[in-house]
Amino acid sequence: MPKVIRIKKGLDIKLKGKPEKIIIQADLSEFYAVKPPDFPGLSPLPKLSVKIGSEVKTGSPLFYDKNKPDILFTSPVSGKVVAVNRGERRRILEVVIKPDNKNEAVTFQKGDPKTMNREEIVNNLLKSGVWPFIRQRPFHVIADPDDDPRAIFISGFDSAPLAPDLDFILNGEAASFQTGINVLSQLTSGKIHISVNAVFATADVFSKTEGVELHKFRGPHPAGNVGVQINHIDPVKKGEQVWTVNAQDVIVIGKLFEKGVFNPTRLVALTGSEVINPRYYRTRLGASVKPLLKDNVKEGNNRYISGNVLTGSKITNAGFIGFYDSQVTVIPEGDFYEFLGWALPGLKKFSGSRTFFSFLLPGKRYTLHTNLQGGRRAFVLTGQYEKVLPMDIYPMQLLKAILVEDIDLMENLGIYEVAEEDFALCEYVCTSKTEVQSILRSGFELMQKELG
Amino acid sequence: MKSLRKFVDKIKPHFSKGGKFAMLHSTFEAFESFLFVPNEVTTKGSHIRDALDMKRTMIIVVAAAVPALLFGMWNTGYQHNLSIGMEATIWENFVFGFLKVLPIIVVSYVVGLGIEFAVAQIRGHEVNEGFLVSGFLIPLVVPVDVPLWMVATATAFAVIIGKEVFGGTGMNILNPALTARAFLFFAYPAWMSGDTVWIQGLKNGEGIIDGFSGATPLANAAAGLFDNLPSTWEMFLGNIPGSVGETSVIAILIGAVILVATGIGSWKIMFSMVAGGLAMGLIFNAFAVNPYMEIPAWQHLIMGGFAFGAVFMATDPVTAAQTEYGKWIYGFLTGLLAVLIRVINPAYPEGVMLAILLMNVFAPLIDHYVIEANIKKRRRRVRVES
Repeated sequence: MPKVIRIKKGLDIKLKGKPEKIIIQADLSEFYAVKPPDFPGLSPLPKLSVKIGSEVKTGSPLFYDKNKPDILFTSPVSGKVVAVNRGERRRILEVVIKPDNKNEAVTFQKGDPKTMNREEIVNNLLKSGVWPFIRQRPFHVIADPDDDPRAIFISGFDSAPLAPDLDFILNGEAASFQTGINVLSQLTSGKIHISVNAVFATADVFSKTEGVELHKFRGPHPAGNVGVQINHIDPVKKGEQVWTVNAQDVIVIGKLFEKGVFNPTRLVALTGSEVINPRYYRTRLGASVKPLLKDNVKEGNNRYISGNVLTGSKITNAGFIGFYDSQVTVIPEGDFYEFLGWALPGLKKFSGSRTFFSFLLPGKRYTLHTNLQGGRRAFVLTGQYEKVLPMDIYPMQLLKAILVEDIDLMENLGIYEVAEEDFALCEYVCTSKTEVQSILRSGFELMQKELG
Repeated sequence: MKSLRKFVDKIKPHFSKGGKFAMLHSTFEAFESFLFVPNEVTTKGSHIRDALDMKRTMIIVVAAAVPALLFGMWNTGYQHNLSIGMEATIWENFVFGFLKVLPIIVVSYVVGLGIEFAVAQIRGHEVNEGFLVSGFLIPLVVPVDVPLWMVATATAFAVIIGKEVFGGTGMNILNPALTARAFLFFAYPAWMSGDTVWIQGLKNGEGIIDGFSGATPLANAAAGLFDNLPSTWEMFLGNIPGSVGETSVIAILIGAVILVATGIGSWKIMFSMVAGGLAMGLIFNAFAVNPYMEIPAWQHLIMGGFAFGAVFMATDPVTAAQTEYGKWIYGFLTGLLAVLIRVINPAYPEGVMLAILLMNVFAPLIDHYVIEANIKKRRRRVRVES
């Protein structure tokens, strides 16, 4: 048995709207989309391989970054490209496809990854559009196929607020998961690490998988973040890469080699206080959330999020599920004034500190909204970030190094080891309401530019 | 509250850019956000945010200091009536003190916030809540008889030179409230030390009953008059002469409990400062060559401003060490220095203020070495690999 790594720092934000373990087959969405902003580090103006009106099959290329033309982004569904939505400075936000119900798919190479060489495998992953599921540290961007990563890390549980239960999602997919692991093991000369939650019995899909090293973690969020796990197992060092893959995406990789098609089917948890029946839905990558939300959301001004409340992206009630997301969250918007809000006893308010009397109610679940809850200020309080970041990193000092664009200092303070999601709780607790995650991303971008 | 909100919304355009009172924009914003938490929602990053904001933070520190203030008000009246030999009820003492201390609070807030509002407007920032605490602490660390114009001058100095020239709250190097006190101490020493300043009326030569001394424990100790020291219980309770809020260790401890329980004040700094003070006291005990060095180490903790400094001044997050290891070192050295200055240097009977200000200056250096250790560890990992 691996020894349990105990995470002491962190914070579990207890929200209302935990998903019930029931799987619903979602209706076909009217539209599907792939969203370039889901891929940090990608050029904001990727080259389109299709035009409006082009017919595509599942697995047909939609666009690519001209600096890395090998990495293709492909269609999750067969149909017709109906729109390319653009934002500021013509940056591409969404490539929208209307399905044609024919379910045609491009066929890729099928076979046992153990008998294939690395080049064949990489090619198959690149062509099918599955490669982008593999991301690297540093900088939490799509991995470079030419690198030989020191190791590959997979988190076997998600500890974020209302996160889906990965044991439940992967249930019955053990064979594909094993194939996916076999594929990944051909990509690295190092080990493949999987971390599971020590609180529960390890699911078969993890314990019976061969060719991996199992680790057990226990503790509050962000214990389930792969970055935190890497930091405790074997931190990223300067000049090396480690790769990470989401557990559910390992199955997509496995199915590509088992069936020879890009299979974008996935289970998505619909969660949040404003959902009437929070449950799991079987749907597709990039699907519009409309059929999931139909007759299932409370009235009012709501925030729709693809992902969890800490790191997810804002979408509309007809928006699309993000490339890496297995969760959709609906919470109320907080666009109202609150009379003397900062002075109230605060039994309905949740805080990581004990400054509101709600700390006397430890088991309570909350309906939290999107109000910023105060004005933006300079850094004043100290030690707050450290309480929710279980990594050997000085968060505030790293953020300040990024703000003054001191490359050496950023490197020295461990920018290679972190990702936005690891700092999401710092952003949540920040009294000064600092935009921690976007500062971190700007640091990554600066580093990538400097390092070339 | 709807009608109030409507009223605020109605007058808001006048204070916005291009409005009649655009020059009061920051002031308006400050009052509006005081009344109503703004309706601003998250746009990027985490969609939900902690309910704790700067206003809540500052108001908790103020709440923690309230027991010390209330006790100080009562003590002001009590000491005054004691000095003139009058009997008075608790209530009469309190009202007397309230009327003497309130003007200091008002002056401190009006001057300090006035400057803060003006600077915020010039810079185009929102008004920062930091002064809510500083303005509350200044009256607590001055003698009750200090002339109000001096309070005004010192507050202005502390806010402008101590804080705003560095960029405002969050950027300052020295604790603003202590800067104000240090300014008074060096600019007007006659009003900040001696036997007559601590009790209302004494300075003006109001009738004193025979044999009454208004000296603080520290002044007595510095003068070698150890027989005149109040009892331990009196020093702990605080019915002794001293600055308005510093005398009662009990009231300060209530504040400490509030700060530590809410997590706003760093228990590490408080704890290590006490440890530092005790350590220096014990060192003195071991090498004692005069009576001051012989007093029990723990007695330093209840004399003068040690407790107040440890709980309210040294813990200021902006000017203290910012790393968690650094806080241990910073607190310990502050406590050590406070007792050292107190006992060794006859020119400054109170060492706590100077010790904290000195350590404020050294805090970035402490942090530097703590961070450097982290950097070295990271570099070593790379070297082992290659």
